[in-house]
Amino acid sequence: MANETVLMKGNEVIGEAAVRAGCRYFFGYPITPQNELPAYMAKRLPEVQGVFVQAESETAAINMVYGASGAGARVMTSSSSPGISLKQEGISYLAGAELPAVIVNMMRGGPGLGTIQPSQSDYFQATKGGGHGDYNMVVLAPASVQELADLTMDAFDIADKYRNPVMVLGDGVLGQMMEPVAFKERQSAEFVKDWATTGKQGRSKPNLINSLYLDPEKSAEHNEELHAKYMTMAKNEVRYEVKNLEDAEVVLVAYGMMARITSSVMNKAREKGMKVGLIRPISVWPFPDEAFEMALPQAKAFLTVEMSKGQMVEDVRLAVNGRAPVYFYGRTGGVIPSPQEVMEQLEAVYAKVQGGEA
Amino acid sequence: MKQIFAKPQSMTDKVSHYCPGCTHGIAHRLVGETIDELGIADRTIGVASVGCSVLAYEYFDVDFQQASHGRAPAVATGIKRVHPESIVFTYQGDGDLASIGTAEAIHAAMRGENITIIFINNAIYGMTGGQMAPTTLLGQQTTTTPEGRRFEEMGAPIRMAEMLATLDGAAYVARFSLHDIPNITKAKRAIKKSFQYQLEGKGFTIVELLSTCPTNWGMSPNESLEWVQTDMMKVYPLGEFKTPEEGEKK
Ligand SMILES: Cc1ncc(C[n+]2csc(CCOP(=O)(O)OP(=O)(O)O)c2C)c(N)n1
Ligand code: SF4
Repeated sequence: MANETVLMKGNEVIGEAAVRAGCRYFFGYPITPQNELPAYMAKRLPEVQGVFVQAESETAAINMVYGASGAGARVMTSSSSPGISLKQEGISYLAGAELPAVIVNMMRGGPGLGTIQPSQSDYFQATKGGGHGDYNMVVLAPASVQELADLTMDAFDIADKYRNPVMVLGDGVLGQMMEPVAFKERQSAEFVKDWATTGKQGRSKPNLINSLYLDPEKSAEHNEELHAKYMTMAKNEVRYEVKNLEDAEVVLVAYGMMARITSSVMNKAREKGMKVGLIRPISVWPFPDEAFEMALPQAKAFLTVEMSKGQMVEDVRLAVNGRAPVYFYGRTGGVIPSPQEVMEQLEAVYAKVQGGEA
Repeated sequence: MKQIFAKPQSMTDKVSHYCPGCTHGIAHRLVGETIDELGIADRTIGVASVGCSVLAYEYFDVDFQQASHGRAPAVATGIKRVHPESIVFTYQGDGDLASIGTAEAIHAAMRGENITIIFINNAIYGMTGGQMAPTTLLGQQTTTTPEGRRFEEMGAPIRMAEMLATLDGAAYVARFSLHDIPNITKAKRAIKKSFQYQLEGKGFTIVELLSTCPTNWGMSPNESLEWVQTDMMKVYPLGEFKTPEEGEKK
């Protein structure tokens, strides 16, 4: 399947993309709706001399990831919301010890055991630091099976580039969908991991993977260094897609599956002569503030649509910063807002804008 | 002048932070001697846990990873799967291994991970100031069992070595003590065996070591050594519970 297009299920595509990006280690624990991914890895990794381990819990899995990453490997784990909650401690330690890893969250509805149906209600947890301490990680939100492949591959490079965990944040449906995908031939950058614990092997100084700084000055210094790195990530790793912003009076904002639905709503609205645009954040951290600057001279209002009770909308408000009203529509519990519902919301906002209300 | 005693080469010159009379230092030395004698410093990777030994990485001149509380066996699993030719050991306290990290320890043993665990059983949480550990003896006073540990509320001490010896994946399981020279010698022999078995790819190995915590036991170093013998050893019998040659010893 070098470059030709094949029909594959989302979760399996993540696995194949990871293998092609050089990932040889996968540690995971079963949870719906991502089970196809560990199953794919259990079959695929041994073919490339890789290792799959089913861990005793998500907590153990993320700590195996920590050990393998600290040992210098490209490594991945995946789960869905309740399991991702268990991984938060480990993600914080990965960030603190500056270890690269790719973590996939195929979000399902919460809180608690919630539902196995799709959701986008882990946005806060993913982008605001679900674990303890001051840290950030790049969070990529694919909207198609093709993007699952591309962003998974990119995630490994971003992780190695900054020595930091990267999350691929998909809403449950994406992993279950079958769509055509072409795995792009790509040259992954070579990363020299001279910091990894491999056994000293002649090195005069041992390598140490650690996040403990008992001296307050040293701890503060470590935090400053991490922060500087996060600021570089925030500058370099912004990704988004915009549509029809040139004359848009109302701009829809959505990511992942919701962006596909809002995009089709936008097209219908355009057919009706409504001046509607779309901003689709692809990196939800860093958040694409600059897309809002492109929209703002014309835009009279924003409508954010999510499968949550309103999480990303807070970042939209920060980006817009009071310069236009920001409206919100969301469904939860595994219910996906229909195009008709979104259209009704859009028409209501549009009417306010036309009436000079917004 | 003839040198008759020296620090193991695989240990650093750093002055340890352990309290006077604490046997953590002895356990460190035995591991250091083992690494030297087997000539494996260049391919050994240690995993430090959370507890008084959190800074273990400062005392060994080998590659190290610092794990979160209880997760050292999972971290060691990740390392060993990437570098199967390396020698991987964890160094964990009884709060770390027998409480918050019980699942990780049991499942590493179940999988037969080819790693070695050095398990320090001092019947208390040292670093956080003397709370009850799962290994605390019945009647033993701690800050969280001020009247002594009572079976009715807090159950009875957990015997990890005996438990782990029942698992097919565990190759070598032993418990020894650090309270006097003959016992230290036996402990050393067990530690060396466990590393040797790992070198031979035999599977999961663990050596539990009865250790002192004079500071939180509220005893002098000498009284502490006594107490290991008079009280701890009654609850925690010494010996090998499983060997690759003979299997589980009942
Ligand atoms: C998740 C988490 N919970 C609690 C702590 C606090 N803590 C630090 S050390 C420790 C107990 C260590 O006791 P033990 O493993 O017996 O080792 P010792 O200090 O006795 O050598 C605890 C509870 C922590 N660091 N992380
Ligand atoms: S508190 Fe106890 S276990 Fe910790 S160093 Fe002191 S004596 Fe040793």
